[in-house]
Amino acid sequence: MAWFGGSRSTAKVAASRDDLIMRAGLLLLIAWLLLAVALPLWTLLSKSFQNRDGAFVGLANYATYFSTPALFHSALNSLHVAAMVTLIVVPLAFVYAYALTRAVLPFRWFFQGVALVPIFAPSLLPGLALIYLFGNQGFFKALLGGGSIYGFEGIVTAQVFYCFPHATMILVTALALADSRLYEAAISLRASPLRIFLTVTLPGVRYGLISAMLVVFTLVLTDFGIAKVIGGNFNVLATDVYKQVIGQQNFEMGAVVGMVLLAPAALAFVVDRIVQRRQVAMLTARAVPLMPRPQAGRDLALLAFCLTIAAGILAVLGMAVWGSLIKYWPYNLSLSWANYAFGNFDANGWNSFANSIELAFGTAIFGTALIFAGAWLMERTRGFALGRAVAQLLAFVPMAVPGLVLGLSYIFFFNAPANPLNFLYGTMAILTLNTIAHFYTTAHLTATTALKQIDPEFEAVSASLKVPVWRTFFRVTVPICLPTLVDIAIYMFVNALTTVSAAIFLYSTDTKLASIAAVNIEDTGAVAAAAAMCVMIVVTAASVKAAHLVADRFVLHRFQAWRRR
Amino acid sequence: MTTAAESGAPAYLSVRALGKRFGDFEALRGVSLDMRQGEFVCFLGPSGCGKTTLLRAIAGLDPQTSGTIRQGGVDVSLLPPSRRDFGIVFQSYALFPNLSVAANVGYGLVGGKTGRAAIAARVGDLLTLVGLPDSGAKYPAQLSGGQQQRVALARALAMSPGLLLLDEPLSALDARVRVRLRHEIKALQRTLGVTTIMVTHDQEEALTMADRIVVMNHGVIEQVGAPDEIYRRPATAFVADFVGAMTFLDGRLESDGTARVGDLRLVCADVDGLAAGTAVRVAIRPEDIQVRGVAATAVNRIAVEIADLDFLGAFCRATLKTVSTGPSAGASPPVAIVADFSSNLMRDLDLAVGKPIAIALPADRLRVFAAR
Repeated sequence: MAWFGGSRSTAKVAASRDDLIMRAGLLLLIAWLLLAVALPLWTLLSKSFQNRDGAFVGLANYATYFSTPALFHSALNSLHVAAMVTLIVVPLAFVYAYALTRAVLPFRWFFQGVALVPIFAPSLLPGLALIYLFGNQGFFKALLGGGSIYGFEGIVTAQVFYCFPHATMILVTALALADSRLYEAAISLRASPLRIFLTVTLPGVRYGLISAMLVVFTLVLTDFGIAKVIGGNFNVLATDVYKQVIGQQNFEMGAVVGMVLLAPAALAFVVDRIVQRRQVAMLTARAVPLMPRPQAGRDLALLAFCLTIAAGILAVLGMAVWGSLIKYWPYNLSLSWANYAFGNFDANGWNSFANSIELAFGTAIFGTALIFAGAWLMERTRGFALGRAVAQLLAFVPMAVPGLVLGLSYIFFFNAPANPLNFLYGTMAILTLNTIAHFYTTAHLTATTALKQIDPEFEAVSASLKVPVWRTFFRVTVPICLPTLVDIAIYMFVNALTTVSAAIFLYSTDTKLASIAAVNIEDTGAVAAAAAMCVMIVVTAASVKAAHLVADRFVLHRFQAWRRR
Repeated sequence: MTTAAESGAPAYLSVRALGKRFGDFEALRGVSLDMRQGEFVCFLGPSGCGKTTLLRAIAGLDPQTSGTIRQGGVDVSLLPPSRRDFGIVFQSYALFPNLSVAANVGYGLVGGKTGRAAIAARVGDLLTLVGLPDSGAKYPAQLSGGQQQRVALARALAMSPGLLLLDEPLSALDARVRVRLRHEIKALQRTLGVTTIMVTHDQEEALTMADRIVVMNHGVIEQVGAPDEIYRRPATAFVADFVGAMTFLDGRLESDGTARVGDLRLVCADVDGLAAGTAVRVAIRPEDIQVRGVAATAVNRIAVEIADLDFLGAFCRATLKTVSTGPSAGASPPVAIVADFSSNLMRDLDLAVGKPIAIALPADRLRVFAAR
């Protein structure tokens, strides 16, 4: 048998029309990602090395930053708060998630649902609720013993509320992956419950724990709403960016602070990716899911814990709702809708809310279509390995970039007079673009996971049947992935409603969003109206999610008859 | 290795010096093969031998690194799959789960010039052909694995392809269904006369279904031949070992054309032209070992003892150990030989573990391979 050398590269097979269409689509996607993510970030980076006139000054801005105690101090404050919140939230979320997955809990669905409530609220909501409870005229002001809720303690408390669902979701996923055979083996070897916990349970969720810590740390570091509302004189990075850019119009220093904010977030993201890759490797297909068995003492203790946490979450939410309905806190506690007449507090009135709804729908529809089609192109384009790799890399960038930094970079990129896309500035289009880019990665990962689960040979089959690939995409791939498409749309919708960070730099008077209006109204001291706006957001987001659950149960399955055996 | 079509008619499919690399790994090394129109060929080999890679290269799904493929007189080496002429059935079936069986089968027909009624009629014919005339309205998930495989087959045949490619189509099914579908696919292929390639790692499947078998290993073709040829005259030790059971005895060729294996001296009808002194592996199939009526003067007569018996239902597989008797007794360790004993034989000769018997290895059944 002759050993056949031959060239190393694969023979250049002529691209079919399908291949050409998909490659063109991939190129368009790359162009979009460059425009919406990479180029703005590049502009931000270069801006941080320039002076006011645009001349290159090397690290001068950074030198100024680190030698100005007021600025540098904010970075330390941010790290301090983030570390503290992480230390509080992750253990709480762990016990809560443990109860949800490993104990026999009555009304489990209720506890699971309550834990998710904060996701539907803009981050400033817990801040406002704390002002009602512990502010200068708060119910429990006396408990603080002369201290003030404005500052470190206030931020930490509000952040605990805001970050709790994110940590809980990650840990529930990690704890749910248990293999009951490991526990049976440990019991049969007569290991004590403590030893089983330390040698089986904890190692099984260690990547989940690390992931939860990183996510919480990043969330706290990059959140703007809470620090703005309840930070008082306690400066953090997120508020510094805002002050430098909006307050002092010092764009160069804003860019530097943005880069300082980006660094830890990006680092956390990279570590998280490495950790998650390992988590996947730990799974075996033959694992037997663990079914919790009743154990009275443990179950009661965990129930008490969950009740406490749930009560805390509902108290914060309830306080915001109640506060928004009260005529004049704390002197006239009778109820009224007066605070919902937003026109009395902000020139835009209810228009902000309408804008938010418009943005949410736009983001959900365009974002879902773009992200799903993009994920499909990345998964299924034949050949063109370089294009796929570039697109994949770009699709991961947004998750590493805090919204505030992305928004800031949009100012630099789109507001530049030389940019032909300059006309987008201040429109709803740029807000939509930015919001899609901001939440791209999570949605992209969801779409990719769904696509990986369907047969990889559909495109090969349709090629052998001479059917154009786009027809198979619309007739087979999209219908199969419909539940995932709806999930992504809901995710985009909810986040578009609640986000503050990126939009704060990009809105104009015509396109002000509800969450921004809440920040502005709170600035004027009208806490009740700000709470009312937040409540509108929570109610809308939660209703959409509830409608999804109901529709999923009673309507969507009609389109999924083929799933039944 | 010569595999040119013997019939004189030009080959329908002609693969020349095909190579495929994945990074540093060579999945195919200079594979050449010709297939006649209407032939049923099986690519057989262990996993990782390159059989699926070869199939996918022929389909254009994973293009080759080097070499050419001609189909129906046309060089298709550089054509994308959509411009080649084949129907394909995957191991996973790859049925569209959200479309009815009829819509799956008619998937390639819709959108062409064919009218709605004509499509329905064609789909009906195809479903009848694969034995599922009444399942058109069902969804794939409502069918059994075997039925899904038939739908996939009907879909692959819908466009009347010149070449039918089957990628391990039966390996996801349970044993009984597999055996039934073997016959059905083979009968269907014979009726339609469609040139067919099937990839399989199951030798029984290949032996029962194929007109010709292509045995592959490490990216090269070890042997091409009719099933009985592959079984009776394996070209290499690998083929002998992979297809069917085989006992290998390591030895050395003597100058008189016999092979010396330990204390034994075996007369071989054909030594494959190997020179005296060559280290060889002498191979024999368990069913070729003669037990009844072994005369004292029989060629290759060996005294053995039954060391072990595995009951396998219809027959027993025995491990025999040679018993040394001659002057050089004990000079070499005993040689182990595997033999199949029918239930009849077991009863007639009252065979049991530990019983000494005489066997003969027929000289014309011994295959000799050069040891590597």
